[in-house]
Amino acid sequence: MIVRNGDEATAVISPPKPPPVSVAASLRTLSIFAGSVALALVVHLIVARNEPPLEMRFYTIFLGSVLLIAVITAPAQILWARLRQFRQNLHPILTAAAFLLCLWEIITSGVRLLPLPYFPSPAKVLHSLITDRMLLFDSTWHSLLLLLSGYAFGVIAGLITGLCIGWSPPVRYWGMPLLKVVGPIPATAWIPLAMVVSPSTMFSAVALIALAVWFPVTMLTASGISNTRASYLDVARTLGAGRGYLIFRVAVPAALPNIFIGLFMGLGASFLTLVVAETVGVKSGLGWYVSWAQGWAEYGKVFAALVIMAGFFSTIMTVLFKVRDRMLVWQKGVIKW
Amino acid sequence: MVMTPDAEGSTLQLRDVRKSFPDPGDPVNRRLVLSGISVSLAAGELVSLIGPSGCGKSTLLRLIAGLETPDSGELLIGSEAIRRPSAERGLVFQDPNLFPWLTVRRNIEVGLVARGLLQEKKTEVDEFMRLVELEAFANAFPHHLSGGMAQRVALARALINHPKVLLLDEPLGALDAFTRMRMQDEVLRLWSARRSTTLLVTHDIDEAIYMSDRIIIMTPRPGRIDQIILVHLGRPRHRSNPEFLQLRGEILELLHFAGGERMKSGKAHAPIM
Repeated sequence: MIVRNGDEATAVISPPKPPPVSVAASLRTLSIFAGSVALALVVHLIVARNEPPLEMRFYTIFLGSVLLIAVITAPAQILWARLRQFRQNLHPILTAAAFLLCLWEIITSGVRLLPLPYFPSPAKVLHSLITDRMLLFDSTWHSLLLLLSGYAFGVIAGLITGLCIGWSPPVRYWGMPLLKVVGPIPATAWIPLAMVVSPSTMFSAVALIALAVWFPVTMLTASGISNTRASYLDVARTLGAGRGYLIFRVAVPAALPNIFIGLFMGLGASFLTLVVAETVGVKSGLGWYVSWAQGWAEYGKVFAALVIMAGFFSTIMTVLFKVRDRMLVWQKGVIKW
Repeated sequence: MVMTPDAEGSTLQLRDVRKSFPDPGDPVNRRLVLSGISVSLAAGELVSLIGPSGCGKSTLLRLIAGLETPDSGELLIGSEAIRRPSAERGLVFQDPNLFPWLTVRRNIEVGLVARGLLQEKKTEVDEFMRLVELEAFANAFPHHLSGGMAQRVALARALINHPKVLLLDEPLGALDAFTRMRMQDEVLRLWSARRSTTLLVTHDIDEAIYMSDRIIIMTPRPGRIDQIILVHLGRPRHRSNPEFLQLRGEILELLHFAGGERMKSGKAHAPIM
């Protein structure tokens, strides 16, 4: 059915004049994608016969609508070059994703290769995702608040201490040993202590995330600042720059590539600390949701939360990449991104 | 010697300047780099400084810039002693050292921003962009520039402060021969437009003769002034003029690089003391 549709579309444009190669090629690749989605749908319909139909319908609708979109965009992309470009780039990865979903369903609901309550089929995960969306949304919101407040405090503190250690030799002398000894302790190792001393779990979670972020940000900021090329500072001095200019207009921009490495490392550390903190102490958020769902043996929900986490964390990472791309635009062409 | 009443430059006097650095190989004694340097530059004069590497030319420039302090001796701009770096003494290195995170225009503006004068002197930025013929690259980042262009930006960046003294530390050393000769004319053009008192460190004897009013020849370790040669040629100069060539021969002879007999006698690389 799908292949014929693709052929028809080609036939429509071929008579007036020979189509550009890219159109024909993209239609071919498109039919492969639509085919893979159709395959996933067929497999799903066969496998789902033995499952409760109510839990299956979202996934059926989901695959059906993806298939529909694939079929509809086929003629649309003939007219719209940008869409064609977009689809051509994404096509292999989307096809692979469809095959993966298909495979997942076969080995879970299909042949039951994996122990069942722990490894639900994609249909069950989607069902949990949709039926429990309010709680998941609420958990994501709480995770976001906790993450951002912890990250913000950690970054601010890290930039300040990093700047002081990097710029001032006396601060470096006293601060660096402390940083080297205390810094590498994983923030999560402080959890038992944090539980005892802090007034609230929320407060201790923010502090722990901030601590996890603070160390790499401080380290990389300090090394970036102290490695500022001496000749940049010399030039700025002979141009009449005072201390403020030297620090904030020379050393900081020179250190910015390093600082961003620290920000990325800190972000990774903050994800880890966030989930651990939510699992053991905080009574909200995605980490809490996962352990709560696991307590009820609702593994569909566990996986649903993991899917949300993947999207959530990678979106935040992408945002940080975008910020870096804007701020370090001058590096384009100097280094490989 | 050139003296023009409209020079932006100021006199520069060094009196018995001495400078040593800690010797990494010898914890007790310090390594003497400059010893008893005394010289005066007239306002608006362009003087070259040549000598073998390690004779302290760059250190001397850093002392005048205020980036280093002398062990003893006096450095005076007009009648004022040099204590710290200031915008009145511009320094240009062999590496242009443009800030890679700023566009060409912003690089040129650095001196004005640092002194909080950007608002009132905004038009001057355009003027300097024009002067070094870089208007088309105003919004380019430094890594898009060729070596000569980058060095022109570095010159404009130093000149926008209207320095009384301009210190050039082999600014054309990294350029290829053709770019170098073009840039020599460029520097001369900028110098004659503004008449900052200019001290140019170079390794190139032709460059020294072509550009300067006087040439200071230094001896190595510790650096001392060996000779000061007055370049009595009119401007603009011609590189193949007989007088030019004769002067070139004399200086080569002084530096024991003339070749011929000395080569055979094995004194070609004897240090000048």
